Amino acid sequence: MANGIVPSSLTLGEIESALVGRLRSGGNGYYVAVLLSGVLMLVGAIAALYATVGGHHTIYNVTREIPWGVLISGYIFFVVTATGLCLISSIGHIFGSKTFMPIAQRAVFLSIVTLMSGFFVILAEIKVPIRMLIYNIISPNFTSSIWWMGTLYGFALCLMIFEFIFLLIGRHRPAIACGFVALLAEIAAISNLAGVFGLLNGREFWHGPYLPIFFIASAMMVGASAIIFFQILAQKVNGEPFTPMMRTCLAGARKVAILMICIILFFTIWRTVSTLVGMPNGQYVGVMAMLTGPYALSFWGGEILMALLAPLVLYILSRGTNIRMMLLASGLMLLGAFFMRYNMVIVGQIIPVYIDLNVTGFTELLQYFPSTNEIIITLGAFGLTGFLFLLGEKIFNGHKVEDH
Amino acid sequence: MIRNLIKNKQQNEGVEALSNDERRHFLKMGLKLTGVFAGGSLLSLVSVVVKVYATPGQFKDKYPYRPHYSMVMHLDYCVDCERCIEACAATNDIPKYGFRTNILERQIPDGIDQQVEFMPVLCNHCNVAQCARVCPTAATYKNEQNGIVMMDVKKCIGCLSCQLACPYNARYFNEEKWAVDKCDFCFDTRLSKGVDLTACAEACPAGVRIFGDISDPKSRVYREVHQVSRTVWVLRPEAGTKPNVFYTRG
Repeated sequence: MANGIVPSSLTLGEIESALVGRLRSGGNGYYVAVLLSGVLMLVGAIAALYATVGGHHTIYNVTREIPWGVLISGYIFFVVTATGLCLISSIGHIFGSKTFMPIAQRAVFLSIVTLMSGFFVILAEIKVPIRMLIYNIISPNFTSSIWWMGTLYGFALCLMIFEFIFLLIGRHRPAIACGFVALLAEIAAISNLAGVFGLLNGREFWHGPYLPIFFIASAMMVGASAIIFFQILAQKVNGEPFTPMMRTCLAGARKVAILMICIILFFTIWRTVSTLVGMPNGQYVGVMAMLTGPYALSFWGGEILMALLAPLVLYILSRGTNIRMMLLASGLMLLGAFFMRYNMVIVGQIIPVYIDLNVTGFTELLQYFPSTNEIIITLGAFGLTGFLFLLGEKIFNGHKVEDH
Repeated sequence: MIRNLIKNKQQNEGVEALSNDERRHFLKMGLKLTGVFAGGSLLSLVSVVVKVYATPGQFKDKYPYRPHYSMVMHLDYCVDCERCIEACAATNDIPKYGFRTNILERQIPDGIDQQVEFMPVLCNHCNVAQCARVCPTAATYKNEQNGIVMMDVKKCIGCLSCQLACPYNARYFNEEKWAVDKCDFCFDTRLSKGVDLTACAEACPAGVRIFGDISDPKSRVYREVHQVSRTVWVLRPEAGTKPNVFYTRG
């Protein structure tokens, strides 16, 4: 225990003064960033509370036909990123790759933070969250992918918090045990998340075994980029130089990101080709909405350019040494990944369930655009991630990791 | 190795030297194996048959619920008077922003005898109800006695995954109940109180909606579904949910 970051011999007063000292060590830019993200988080929380108490129907733009809007997209974005970060942290922290060791603890912390941000959004999306807390436990439905997903993510969150605490106090063996089980829980959770959509054979756009594979690959891709993004920001926040070890680590994460981008590109191309050739109606309409229809900008600009092609080119050009280029690549990837989730969730619903019947009102694609309130809550979740990340950097002293 | 193989091949005694007893023994063994596989396949088929039905012609003798409530729609009788919708709303206290049953309209510009057709829709009370499968808290479930897909309002968390899973757009969130609402064949308001018909079926002046117990061979729904002279179909069979609302003309 003595070799941990938080020595056990400190008194509460000493810990408090140490924390205050660390928090006061930030520059002006740091405080502005903390303030902005904090305000964003608070405004988002107020909007979420307002919607929950006042009723979603008056504030959200979701409808009977499109019940899941941008908040679900946000939830998926955050929890998939959390899984990705957990996977990335496991490479060094659990499977012992020395290259990834320096980012392991930060990745665990960020995985906790992004998972909490996901829960923040989903609490605003669920209409009666209080019943969720009760009946998820006393009336579980074991055939429900949502039940498994929520339970497994909750379980993983608890385990990762324990893992993080064990890392802080320098007890690596239980930390690895918690981390390993959390990793399994997160993998199971993300496959169930994909199952929420993939098992619906009434929705051709989603149905099939493709989504779980896509989600896990996508998680790894975003997780690698997220750790690059936050690691570079953390170095700036803490005013630390990029040591050769850290550069090797970032270069390793970059390689993972490049590989996963290629896999996701491969998936995306073949999914599009198979839909264009086979033309399964529900799926074809959705894919065409993204290729040439109302979601073309979101697909080509957000999903293809920002999430895949631009980061791929930038990562390659950076050669793993150009830090700014890697920061830009990872930032674009995170932003683009949000569009990726948005497209997947919304396009699957804009195809009317009765489209094949050629009935009035269901022959055209349905329309959805998030309300101001929904956007504010989503931004609030980003604010929460930023706020906790910034605080964490100071409170946990830059997540300095010892070899274990 | 190749030499060994050639050698082994040369040493193969062939089938000519086999005695009749050995041949008979081999055939018996083959038949037994085939029997095991065939028996297994038949058993597995039987178990599938027990699960499916509710599609005309597939399973005539047995339905899993007693009564097994079902509805047959005579599309060509419907004139879109919407009395069914009104009766449903009045009976089940449906708010203006929602509906349990609706009438879809299909334009047929090149139709010779008619250019428009009306299609009443409601919850199909599917045998493989996706809504019940996806609900995390079992707030929506298949009633084990009569097969009606029901809501336990107090358990609904409002995740709306059932709305997403339903291939028939049969669900909406009732803000007053703080729960998803849907057709229950008027179980709460009528059937459980001894009334035979749903409000929509009773209100329809043209006899579009035929409601009854499809497990009863004497019932009209059973006869309508199992007759062979007119085509009977279900909506979106590709969704694989085995619906209990059937459509026909004439």
